Amino acid sequence: MSTTTTRGVAQPAPAKASPARPRRGLRGNATFNFWLFTGPFLIGLVIFVFVPIFWSVWLSFFDARYTVTPSKFIGFDNYKQILTNSNFPDSLLTFTVFAAFIVPTTWALSLGLALLVNRLRFMRAFFRSVFFLPTAVSYVAAALIWKMSIFSGVRFGLMNTVLGWFGVENIAYLANPSPPWYWVVIVTLRLWIQSGFYMILFLAALQNIPTELYEAAAIDGAKPGWQTFRHITLPQLRATSTAVILLLLVAAYQAFDEFFNIIGQNATWAQTPLMELYKTALGTSQDYGAGSAGAVILSLLICLVTLIQGKFMGFGRGEDSK
Amino acid sequence: MSAMSSTNWNRRNVMKAAMGLAAAGGLAACGGNNGRGGGSGSGTALTQYFHAYGEAGTEQAIKRYAAAYKKADVSTNWITGNNFESALFAALLTKKAPDVFEFHPQLQLVKSGQVADLTDLINPVKDDFNPNDIKSHTVDGKIYGIRMIDDPQFFYYRKSMFEKAKVEVPTTLEELIEAAAKLTTNKVKGVFLGNDFTAIQNVIIWSAGADTINANNEIAYHTDGVVEGLKQLRQLFTSGNVLLDAPTDFWDPSSLNQGLCAMQWGGMWSMPAMQKALGDDLGIFPFPKIGSAGKQSVYNGGWSIFVNAKGKNVEAAKEYVKWLWIDQKQYQEDWATSYGFHIPPRTSIANSATKLKTGLPAEGVKLFTDYGHFDNIAYDQTMQTAFAEVIASSVRKNGNPEAALDTCDKKVNVELKKLFG
Repeated sequence: MSTTTTRGVAQPAPAKASPARPRRGLRGNATFNFWLFTGPFLIGLVIFVFVPIFWSVWLSFFDARYTVTPSKFIGFDNYKQILTNSNFPDSLLTFTVFAAFIVPTTWALSLGLALLVNRLRFMRAFFRSVFFLPTAVSYVAAALIWKMSIFSGVRFGLMNTVLGWFGVENIAYLANPSPPWYWVVIVTLRLWIQSGFYMILFLAALQNIPTELYEAAAIDGAKPGWQTFRHITLPQLRATSTAVILLLLVAAYQAFDEFFNIIGQNATWAQTPLMELYKTALGTSQDYGAGSAGAVILSLLICLVTLIQGKFMGFGRGEDSK
Repeated sequence: MSAMSSTNWNRRNVMKAAMGLAAAGGLAACGGNNGRGGGSGSGTALTQYFHAYGEAGTEQAIKRYAAAYKKADVSTNWITGNNFESALFAALLTKKAPDVFEFHPQLQLVKSGQVADLTDLINPVKDDFNPNDIKSHTVDGKIYGIRMIDDPQFFYYRKSMFEKAKVEVPTTLEELIEAAAKLTTNKVKGVFLGNDFTAIQNVIIWSAGADTINANNEIAYHTDGVVEGLKQLRQLFTSGNVLLDAPTDFWDPSSLNQGLCAMQWGGMWSMPAMQKALGDDLGIFPFPKIGSAGKQSVYNGGWSIFVNAKGKNVEAAKEYVKWLWIDQKQYQEDWATSYGFHIPPRTSIANSATKLKTGLPAEGVKLFTDYGHFDNIAYDQTMQTAFAEVIASSVRKNGNPEAALDTCDKKVNVELKKLFG
């Protein structure tokens, strides 16, 4: 293509605009166009992301109860409080375990769905839509359906009705943490709502794999199925897999909506880090200092986990990583 | 169509039209559904925050009262969902903070200068208020809120189910556990205590003969009686005789009305709906006593009105709350008795409220009088959350009550130190 063949070759000077009809306005001013299209987003980014981040870091060193403009500097006391006299460390531990389970499970399910719909020869669009549609449902709405309709503990809850046909007693999925049936509720909801989105990412990646690779593998004697998947498909999906796992990890640590609506704030189990920070800063204590300290710790942890994951999976290595 | 086609739709015109539409949209939004109560007042604009009450007609009532006030234009923000507290606190930090809001008495709100001193409004009628309501809103001799309603909470039960199972009204926690077992069938559970048991967390303390915090602002809930109560509740929780994961929580009468349980913890606000559904097949009793040192108890919840001390119109807001919650007795009675049942905190109104004079409502008032416990302004929400975790750990999860209370003590002591030094 011309873009590659002209590299390194002296380019002709760009044609100057005719002095008789100067290029004006939106078409002629690249700088103006740049700011026109990116300016609003940059302003939003600064106001809604960078200012809160810096404000949060600043608040974490102050006694900020019932105020976000405190005056009493207390050093690292908020960090000490959130790490020693709150449920925040427990929530971090719980959600590291949760992430260790939900990330590979969602990855495997999304990839499986992508492989499935990629092979379909009829009703392909229908099945893609069916699996993708849950992504459009809000976590709050889905959580309420799961909690009040499907996994309600009374005899007319959907699951209990079905189990009742087989003589199983009503199960309180959410109120009683022993055995921890609540994880079934949470995990099924999360898989249902998330997998479709990641399936689309995998589907796009699958369709980008050159068919020549499969043809060459077939000529070399590779058997279709697991052998081809193991040695051709999976390595070709590495970049997408890395991105998917990164997104899933961040989503696991940032879980809030469905846990807030399904488990509630009055439990000592399945309290996500964000729920603990919400309770500290916005819910009952109104302690913005301690809440901010926790937010800083959580942000650093997510950065650390991302870097470690990038180190192991080669995030950002681009084509070389394939 | 013809006019449209004759217009010269170049890009500049399209952009102008789009900007015009955006501006018009913005203006339309300003005049849209802003929660205004239809106030006919002029001049000062006031905003009040209310959580969404479940009883039909309450939102309209609050807006109707506001509309009747002529000295200011009062807008009502009726906050649905279970995050009223968060929405309120977040709003109080902004320039769009409400001038008037309902909440519960909280010492931290006073200490942070968030609520205005209303002593001068209440003093002339102080003797007409329930003294316990005045006490629960008083800090260093100043009164910081006006009680709107008292909401006693107790057990409701189905008389017919008790008769059929030959069960007497329980007066001890052991008897309650036994009754729940006898009342449980394959379709009906013996008792419903709310989905997470936190609705009864204060009455456990009082029924065990303890208190939340004492007069010296020290922990008073960590007693042997409370530990015993927690163990018994664990026994009840695991018995299979408790309704769990109900579609609605304790504040809604549906569980009892729909025959899911024979006894339900609830508030007096549910009484009209329960009477409508069940007729005379309905009785009430206080939370039974726990252990030998215990005594039956009733929790008096309720809501109070506060003025935002950092608002732009503090004096106008004070004038409004005085007009509504002190001067307008007909509205106060309407608010307390026309929707759900509540007890008016003004003695004169409570005495004249005919709906509370006979039958089950009168029994509710008697339980309130005989066994009622009021909010302690110093036992704040951080402490309540810490105790909710005791319930979660030792009743819903099989944790050691002593260890759970020790953990709670640490959190409460940090909070007490913050409040009192």
